[in-house]
Amino acid sequence: MTLATKKALTAYLFLALPLVFFLCVRLGPMVYMLVMSFTDWGLLRKTVKFISFENYKILFSDPVFLQALGNTFRYAVFGAPIVIILSLLIALLLDSIPKGKGLFRLIYVLPYITPVVAVSWVWRWMYQPPPLGIINGILGILGLPAGEFLNSPKQALPSILAVNVWVEMGYCTTIFLAGLQTIPKEMSEAAKIDGANDRQVLRRITLPLLMPITFFLMVMEGIQFLRIFTQVYNMSMQAMGGPLNSTKSAALYIYQKAFTNFEMARAASASVVLFLIIMIVTILQVRFFDKRVNY
Amino acid sequence: MLKRNNILVVLLFAILAFTVSAQTVTITYWQYYYESKVKLMDELIQKFEAANPGIKVEQVTFPYESYNQKVAASIPAGEGPDVINLFYGWLPTYVKAGYLAELPTTDFNKSYFDKNFYPFVADSVQFGGKYYSVPTAVRTLALFWNKKLFKDAGLDPNIPPKTLEELEAYAKKLSKYDGQGNLIQAGLAMQPTGQGHNWIREILFRQFGNTPYSSDYRKVTYADANGIAAFKWYTDRITKDKVGYPNFATDDVTAFKSGKAAMNIDGSFRIATLNAVKDLDWGVAELPAYKGIKSNYASFWTHGIVAGTTGKKLDAAIKFLKYITSPEVQELWLEKVGELPANPSLAEKYKNNPMISPFLKGLAYAHATAFVDEAGQRTVLVDAVDEVVLKKTDPAVALKNAAAKEQALIDDFWKQ
Repeated sequence: MTLATKKALTAYLFLALPLVFFLCVRLGPMVYMLVMSFTDWGLLRKTVKFISFENYKILFSDPVFLQALGNTFRYAVFGAPIVIILSLLIALLLDSIPKGKGLFRLIYVLPYITPVVAVSWVWRWMYQPPPLGIINGILGILGLPAGEFLNSPKQALPSILAVNVWVEMGYCTTIFLAGLQTIPKEMSEAAKIDGANDRQVLRRITLPLLMPITFFLMVMEGIQFLRIFTQVYNMSMQAMGGPLNSTKSAALYIYQKAFTNFEMARAASASVVLFLIIMIVTILQVRFFDKRVNY
Repeated sequence: MLKRNNILVVLLFAILAFTVSAQTVTITYWQYYYESKVKLMDELIQKFEAANPGIKVEQVTFPYESYNQKVAASIPAGEGPDVINLFYGWLPTYVKAGYLAELPTTDFNKSYFDKNFYPFVADSVQFGGKYYSVPTAVRTLALFWNKKLFKDAGLDPNIPPKTLEELEAYAKKLSKYDGQGNLIQAGLAMQPTGQGHNWIREILFRQFGNTPYSSDYRKVTYADANGIAAFKWYTDRITKDKVGYPNFATDDVTAFKSGKAAMNIDGSFRIATLNAVKDLDWGVAELPAYKGIKSNYASFWTHGIVAGTTGKKLDAAIKFLKYITSPEVQELWLEKVGELPANPSLAEKYKNNPMISPFLKGLAYAHATAFVDEAGQRTVLVDAVDEVVLKKTDPAVALKNAAAKEQALIDDFWKQ
C-alpha cells in the first residue's frame, strides 16, 4: 500500500462518520416516513395496515391542507424576492458608505442572530390591538385608524411575513456585502474611464457578478420560506395558524397532524408532499438561473 | 469458622434486604404541571406512603402542552405510568386507543358512583358501559366581575347582573373606548378559546330553548332557530355592542387580571389565580339566567389506571386511586387547588362560602359535554365565532357549517 492510498483511506475513514450520521439521522427516517405515508399509522391506533394512496387522497380533499399549501406559496412567492431585493439594496448602500459600515452591518444582522421565538413574541406584542400594542399606539397618536394585524384573516399572513423578511434580511445583506467585496474594483474603474455612469456599472458589472450569490440566496430563502414554522407557531393565537387558518403553513399543518391529532401517517404524507414541492421549486430555480450564472 | 459465620451473616442480610425490596412496590403517577396540584400531590403521596408501607409512589409531571404527546408516545411502548390524570373529555380517545384499564367492578360500580359523586360524573367516566376513571374534584363556570370597575361606571359593586338582559346592559356601561373608537376596556371578555365555547355550547343554547346534542351526544342539534338565536346573541355582543372581542388584551384571563375587562365567564379553577393578583377587587356570581332558565358546564380532571398494570402494582394503584379520590383529599383539594369536591354531600358544607357557592349552585344544573375530540370540537365553535366576527358571515350560516363540521368529527370517531 502506498502512502497516497493510505492517506486517502484515512481521509475516507474520517469522512465515513458523517456519512453514517447522515444515513441514520437523515436518510433513514426519510425513507421510513415515505413508507409510513402509505399506512394508517396513528398513535391512537393499535395496529398499522397498508392503505396505499388513501392518505394522499384525504390530504388533497382536506380544505385546511389546501389552504396551508396556498399560504406556504404565499410566504415563499412574496417573502423570498422581497428579502433578496431589499437586502441587495441595503448591501449596495452599505458598500458605498465610507464610514460606519461595521455598525450598520451589525444592526442589520442583529435580528438574524436573535432567537426566532423571542423575535416572534416581541412582534406579536407590538402587533397587539389598542390599548396594548405599540404599533397601534403610534397609529393612534398620528390619528390613524388602528390596524388589525394578527387578528385579521387578511392582514395576519403579511404581518408574519414582514417579521420574517426583517429577520432574513440580516443574513442576506451580510452575504451580499461579502459578495460585493469580491468584485475587483479595477473592473468598475475601467468601465468608468470608458465613460460608463453609475447605473451602467451597476447593471453591466456589479449585478451580473453578484449573480452566483443571488442564485444561492434565492434557493436558500425559497427553502426557508417554504418551510416556515416557528414564526407562525408563535405568532398565531394558541399556535393554531389562525385566525381561521389564514396563516397556517404546510409545516405547521404537519406538526398539528402528528402531535395534536397523532395521525402520524397523515403527517408523513403531508411531509412527502412538502418535500416534493421544495425539491421541484429548487430544481426549477437551478434550471432557470444556471444559464445566467455561468459565463 | 469466623469467616464462615461472616459469610452467613452477609447472606442473611442479603436475603432480608431482597425480601424487603421485593415487598416494596413502586407505582408511577402522571399529571400535567399545575403548581398547586403538583405540590398537593407530593403531600398526598407522603401521607399515602406512611399509611401504606411497602408502596412507593413516584409523581412525574409534564407541561400541559406536551402532556398528550408524552402519553401517546409512552403508554403504547409500555413505559407509561400506572395511574394517570386526564381531562374527562379525553377519556373516549384514551379508551379507544387502549390506554386505560377498566376499573374493577368490585370497587367501582354504578352504585359507588351514584352514592359518592355528582350525577354527571358517572356518565362521563364510563365508556361503552364500563368505568375507567375517578375524579377528585369538579369545576363549573360562573360570572367574575371587577368591583372597582363597577364603581367607576356608577354601578353597585355588590350587585352583579342576574339575567342575560342585565349582563348585556352592564357590559355596555362598562365598556370604554378611545378617541378613535377603539375598545380600551372590555365590559365583558369575549374569548371563545377560553370558556366562551363552553358557555355557548352548554349554557346559551339551552337558555334560548335549544338542546345542543342528542342525549348520547352523537348528534349535533344546535343549528336550529333557537340555537342560531343564542349564537347570534353571543356574536352580537362582539359585532354590534362591541363590549369585547376575541384576544382583546391577549386573552380573557389576562384582560380580567389586569383590569382591562370588567366581567368574564370563567371556571372555579381560576379562584387561586385571581387571589394571587394584588389590588384586584373582584366577586363571583352564578351565571346569568335567561327566561328563567339556568344552565352550567361542568368539567373535571380524573384519574385512571393504565392498561397493562397487573399484580401487586394493580393492587397498589387501586389503593392509591381510592385514596386520592377520598373525601379527606377532596377537602384538601378545595383548600389548596380551589376545585370543588366531586362528592355532593361534602360540597354541601361549603354552600355558604361566597367564593364557592356560585360554583356549587351551578353544579346542580350543570351539563358535562361528552366530547369525543375535545380540541377539534372546541376549534369548530371558535372558528364559527371568528367567521362571524372577522369575515362578517351570517351567524346562521356560520353555525350551520359548524354543526356539520362537528357532526363529521363525531361520526369519524364512532366509525373507526
